[in-house]
Amino acid sequence: MSIQEKQERIVKEFKVLQDWPERYKYIIKLGSKMDPLPEADKVDENLVKGCQSQVWLTADMNDGKVEYYADSDAAITKGLVALMVRFFSGHDPNTILTTNPDFIDEIGMAQHLSPTRANGLASMVKQMKIYAMAFKTKESLS
Amino acid sequence: MATTEVLVMEDTIKKDTTRLTTDWQAVRKQFPVLQQKVHGQPLVYLDNGASSQMPQSTIDRINRYHSAEHSNVHRGIHTLSQRGTDYYEETRKKVKKFINARHLEEVIYTTGTTDSINLVAQSYGRKYFREGDEIILSEMEHHANIVPWQMIAEQTGAVLRVIPMTDNGELKMDDFHHLLSDRTKMVAVVHVSNALGTINPVEEIIEAAHARDIPVLLDGAQAVPHSVVDMQKLDVDFYAFSAHKMCGPTGFGILYGKKELLQEMPPYRGGGDMIDKVTFEKTTWNDLPHKFEAGTPPIAVGIGLGTSLDYLNEIGMEQIEAREHELLDYATQELSKIEDVRIIGSSAKKASVISFLIGDIHPTDAGTILDQKGIAVRTGHHCAQPVMQHYNIPGTVRASLSFYNNEEDIDRLVEGIKYVKEFFG
Repeated sequence: MSIQEKQERIVKEFKVLQDWPERYKYIIKLGSKMDPLPEADKVDENLVKGCQSQVWLTADMNDGKVEYYADSDAAITKGLVALMVRFFSGHDPNTILTTNPDFIDEIGMAQHLSPTRANGLASMVKQMKIYAMAFKTKESLS
Repeated sequence: MATTEVLVMEDTIKKDTTRLTTDWQAVRKQFPVLQQKVHGQPLVYLDNGASSQMPQSTIDRINRYHSAEHSNVHRGIHTLSQRGTDYYEETRKKVKKFINARHLEEVIYTTGTTDSINLVAQSYGRKYFREGDEIILSEMEHHANIVPWQMIAEQTGAVLRVIPMTDNGELKMDDFHHLLSDRTKMVAVVHVSNALGTINPVEEIIEAAHARDIPVLLDGAQAVPHSVVDMQKLDVDFYAFSAHKMCGPTGFGILYGKKELLQEMPPYRGGGDMIDKVTFEKTTWNDLPHKFEAGTPPIAVGIGLGTSLDYLNEIGMEQIEAREHELLDYATQELSKIEDVRIIGSSAKKASVISFLIGDIHPTDAGTILDQKGIAVRTGHHCAQPVMQHYNIPGTVRASLSFYNNEEDIDRLVEGIKYVKEFFG
């Protein structure tokens, strides 16, 4: 599935949810279903700097595609983090670097991605792109 | 509607009692921010510890400045500048009276509590701190009363000593007395904790420090807006607070300092307004308080604070303190009834701040859902990470109450908490 198709898919998933409690509950569910990050990876080096809830993020690359792994100690943040992991994982670094998670606006969660919001999600997206950039550089050197 | 007409039933109010005689419903109506809906529901504003709201009179006063009086203060020969200077300086007189300072020049304008503490740390500290000297802080300090001291400690070789606290959120006073020594050069503690609400025994702290000729700075950001604070009675050396926590606008604050101390302290920011004579060889300083007030200040904001002080005086700080206490008691009682709610900070003497956790729900999750219900609370570490480390928690949900809140707000918060529990249950 292309990253654009993924955007549309996520928006469609949220379309059927009637109101904010349903949307938030769905987001929390996405978080709880995400593969847990091994405790060994929940270390300071993997921490995304956010003001309030903690977000850990790691990544690796297989066959030119980046895979992300993440976790958070807050349920709503974790759900949003899971959405981002699902969105960006499985794509090549160039795609990740040139795509923004526009769906966040359409599913009514834009405020969570605001760089001024103290939940670390904006920093997380930035960190995901930094990983993509690093993999791209590494690839070009090998 | 004139403020004076509705605020207080003048004939019944007695300033020396805490009997509530104020028409609080009328008071609430004077805060336009509170009359709005958030996410479709009437706003319940419980983040007063971070920033309190401004009454209409302050907003009108600031508007008037911008529409009819704007120019620059001090030194201007024209009418607008002179008028502006008078209004701006009028606030200093009002502050002096409000905190009962001995002299007008003991009231220094700053940009807020943080700026006030930085001023003392840099100016007093650089002059007097030497290697091995000790600065005593407490475990419940806001970062604003930690970091400036860490910075000056690094510059001078002084070290920080910390008064520990109990699990109730009270300072261990025996430890404090033991920490005092000949090496102590400053005691800087919070008057009222922003994260826990604890009212600290500052009289005892000041007395013990003064017995050894050690100056005391109090972070009064959470104390001044909620009670009568008397500089002469406290005999404190430095006292810092912010306008925006006392129904004033943001970007303005006060440093109170004893005249004899301030006079000996060098300026810490240079520029216009703070000078006497400038040549490229040497500059001499202006007198107090202007020595510490370099550059064009936030004039509108300073004038606005004056109006906010008038407003608070009109209600009476005794009335405010009593009303907030009443609200705190009600909130504590109602929150305690909810299963799984754990109140953090249960000092015997508390101001109207309730920090709490709901089961193991992360404070940001709780805050996000409460916001959807139109309830504004603060979540996180409240810029007091050592306090959170003490309890080994990531943060708390904090409801901070002001006199314009009411029982209905607290009932809405209780409903909100129950909803949060259900939501994450």
